[in-house]
Amino acid sequence: MFGWEFPPNNQGGLGTACYGLTKGLHKNGVDVTFVLPKKNSNHDHVNIIVTDNLYIGNEKIKIKHVDSLLYGYATQEEYSAKYSEHAKMMQGKSDTGELYGKDLFEEVSRYANKAKIIADFEDFDLIHCHDWMTYKAGIKAKKHSKKPLVIHVHATDFDRTGGSPNQAVYDIEREGMHAADNIIAVSNYTKKMVVKHYGIHPDKVEVVHNGVEFVQKEEDVFKSDDKVVLFLGRLTIQKGPDYFIETAKKVLDVMPNVKFVMAGTGDMYSKMIRMAADYGLGKNIMFTGHLKGNDVNKAYQMADLYVMPSISEPFGITPLEALKNNTPVLISKTSGVSEVLSNALKVDFWDTDEMTNKIVSVLNYSNLHKTLTEHGQMDVRKLNWNVAAKKCINVYSNVLEGTK
Amino acid sequence: MNSICFYFQVHQPYRLKNYKIFDIGKNHDYFDDALNKKIMQKVARKCYLPTNNLMLNLIHKYKDKFKISYSITGTALEQFKKYAPDVLKSFVALAKTGNVEFLSETYYHSLSFLYSKPEFVEQVNKHKNEIKKLFGQTPKIFRNTELIFNNELAHHVENMGYQGILAEGVDRVLDWRSPNYVYKAKTTDKLKLLLKNYKLSDDIAFRFSNKGWNEWPLTTTKFAKWVKGNKGHSLNLFMDYETFGEHQWEDTGIFNFMKLLPEELFKDNITFKTPSQIINNHDPVDELDIHEPVSWADMERDLSAWLGNNIQKTAIKELFELESDIKATKDKKLIEDWRKLSTSDHFYYMCTKYFSDGDVHKYFNPYDTPYDSYVAFMNILNDMVVRINNKKSNIQTKFRISENPKLLINNPIGKKREDY
Repeated sequence: MFGWEFPPNNQGGLGTACYGLTKGLHKNGVDVTFVLPKKNSNHDHVNIIVTDNLYIGNEKIKIKHVDSLLYGYATQEEYSAKYSEHAKMMQGKSDTGELYGKDLFEEVSRYANKAKIIADFEDFDLIHCHDWMTYKAGIKAKKHSKKPLVIHVHATDFDRTGGSPNQAVYDIEREGMHAADNIIAVSNYTKKMVVKHYGIHPDKVEVVHNGVEFVQKEEDVFKSDDKVVLFLGRLTIQKGPDYFIETAKKVLDVMPNVKFVMAGTGDMYSKMIRMAADYGLGKNIMFTGHLKGNDVNKAYQMADLYVMPSISEPFGITPLEALKNNTPVLISKTSGVSEVLSNALKVDFWDTDEMTNKIVSVLNYSNLHKTLTEHGQMDVRKLNWNVAAKKCINVYSNVLEGTK
Repeated sequence: MNSICFYFQVHQPYRLKNYKIFDIGKNHDYFDDALNKKIMQKVARKCYLPTNNLMLNLIHKYKDKFKISYSITGTALEQFKKYAPDVLKSFVALAKTGNVEFLSETYYHSLSFLYSKPEFVEQVNKHKNEIKKLFGQTPKIFRNTELIFNNELAHHVENMGYQGILAEGVDRVLDWRSPNYVYKAKTTDKLKLLLKNYKLSDDIAFRFSNKGWNEWPLTTTKFAKWVKGNKGHSLNLFMDYETFGEHQWEDTGIFNFMKLLPEELFKDNITFKTPSQIINNHDPVDELDIHEPVSWADMERDLSAWLGNNIQKTAIKELFELESDIKATKDKKLIEDWRKLSTSDHFYYMCTKYFSDGDVHKYFNPYDTPYDSYVAFMNILNDMVVRINNKKSNIQTKFRISENPKLLINNPIGKKREDY
C-alpha cells in the first residue's frame, strides 16, 4: 500500500484514513506493507517501509536529489516552465508542508522510482494507492510486478482547487485512474467527480465511506456565556472560509454577541483576517492558526456549533470529530460526509442566508442543539473502519478474481 | 363474516414555507401556497378524481350492497375549494347517493386532544358544521387524527354526543381478541368502538405493490378468500384514500382491484356497510381498557411518529403555550394561522425515527431533514409572538428569538440589542 503520510505526523485527513483503514484490514486478516516517503513512527499493525531509508543489499540508495524531473512529461523545457509556475502556486498553499512542498513533483518522482525496488523485494498480491502523489508509484509497481492496482481517491484536484485543477496534477490523477484495475472513492460525491471529470466508467468505481473511531474525551475547556461557532480546516478556497465570514456578518446582525472561531491556516489566512476587519468584525471573529492534538478537541468542545461550508469536500472527517466532542454540525451539501450523516443541518455552501438561518436557530433553540448532537452521534457510531475494510477486501477479491 | 366496512381518510395539510430567521417580525405568510397547490392538483389528478369516479360507478352499479365512509379534513376541504373544485363536486355527488357516510374529526387534523380539550372541541365542532354544510349530514361517528385513541378520548367523545368511534386494532390491546367485533371502551356507557383490521387493511394500503411480499400479486380472489376466513361482525378496512393512485400507482392495478373486489365478495354474500350500520346492528362483545394512546402509525402504533423526540415535543408544547394569548387577540387571521400549525403533519416532518434509514417518513416530507422543519416551525412561532405583542401594544416591539416564545409575552421586550 502506497501512502503519503501516516499518524502522528499527518497534516490532514489522508493520514488518519490510512491509519484507520490499515487497522481494519489487519483485523480482517490482510497483511499490509505500507510505503511512506518520509521517516515516521512505528506501528505494529502494519509493516512500514520508508523510502528514505531503502536499502538494496548493503548499498543505500541515494535519494537526496534527483537531478532531472523529466519523466512523465513531454520535454524538459515544458516541464521546467510548468514546474516553476506550479511551485509558485503550490508555495502559496504550503501550510501543509510535506503535502504541498515546493519540491512536490520531485518527491512524487523519487517516490515512484522506489516502487520498482519494492516490487522486486516484497511479496504481495495487490497494490493499493492513496491519492495522486502515490499513483505514479502504483503504476510503476504494477508494471514491474504484473500485480493488480487499486487506487483510492480521497480527493481530486477539482476539490482542492474549487474547480480549476492544476494540469500536471490532473494528468497524474487521470493516468492513475486509467491504469488502475479498480478505483475506490470515499463517497458517491467523489465517484461522480471521477466519472465526470476523468472519463472513468462508473462500474469501475466502488464507494467505500471512511470510518471513524468513536472515543470521547472530556477536555477542560472554558465555556463563555457567548455562543461560539467554529470553523476548523485549512483556510483555502476548497473549504469555503470566505462564506463562513460572510455568514458571520449576517448572524451578527441578528445576534450581536456570537463568537466565530476560525481554526486553521492556509493560503487565504491573511485575506480572511482582512475580510473580517473590513466587515468590522475583528472583535467577533477569532483566528487560532493551526491547532494540534488536544487543542483540536478543545476547540470542538468550546463550540456550540461546528460549520463546514466546503465548496467541495470528497468526504470530510471533521464533522464526525465535532460530533464525537458533543458539538452539532452544519455541513455543506457538496460533501461526501453528508451521505453518511443524516442527523446534521445541511446547506448549499453559497447560501449564506440559509446558513445564517440555521446557525441562529441552533444557537437559540436548545432542543434543536441537543437533538442534533444526540442523533448525530448515533450516525457516527455506525461508521467504523471495520466496515470500510471489509468493503475494500471485497474490491480486492473482485480485482484478483478478474485478473486471474 | 358478512360485512366489510371501508373507511377512507382524506387529508392534505397546509405545508409551511422555509420560513427564515430574517422573516420574523416582517413576513406573516407562513404557508407555501405554490407547493400546496401543486400537490393538491397532482393528488386530485392521480387519486381523488379517478377514485371518486370509480366509487360513484360502483354505487350506481351495486346500489345498497356497496357503501363506504370518508373522513375528510377541513384543511383538505379548503384546499379542494381553492385548488381543485372538481374534487369537492365529486364528493358532493357521492354524498347525494346516500351510500356514503361522512365521519367527524378535528378540522385541522390536529393533536389538540392531547394538549387542549377546549381547542379540541372547537376544532371538532368546526369540522362537523362544515360537513353538514357541504354534504348535508351530521356525523355520528368520530375518528381522531391518525386513529389516536385511549380511554380518555372515548369518554370525551361520548359526552360530545357521538354514537361510535374508530381505532386501530392494536395487538397489545386486543391480546387474544379479534378486531372484527364491536367493542366498547372501559370509560364509556354506550359509545361503540370499531377497530381496524390492520393486517388486511395494510395488505391493500402498504403491501399491494410490494413484489418482495410472498403474497404478491394480490388478486381479488385471494383477498376475498382471506375475508371469508375471518369471523366477526364486520371486517374493518381503514386506510388513507391516497392509497388509490398516489401511494399505490395506477399501474400497480389498484383501481382494477377495487373495481373487481365487490363482485368477488358478493359471491360469498359479503356486503359493504357503513360504520353506523355496523354499530346499529351489533352490541359490544367486550370492554377494552386502553390507557396509553394507540394510533395507526408505523410499527409502534403509538404517538412516537409525532412526539417521539425532543424537538417534536418542544414544538407542539410551545404551540399550545401560545393558545390563550392567541385567542385573546381575537384576531381571526392570527387564530386561523395558529390552528393550521396544529396539523399533525408538521410534527410528523420532525420525526427522526428511521430517518437515517430513509423510509416512508421521507416520502411524505417536503423538507430535506426533520431539523429543517423544526427551524421553520419555531421561527414561525417566534413571529406569532411578535404579532401577539403588536396586537397588545399597538406599537412595533423589539423581540428576541427564543425557543420558549411564551416567556417573552410575560416579560415584554423593551430591551436594546446590547442587552441581549
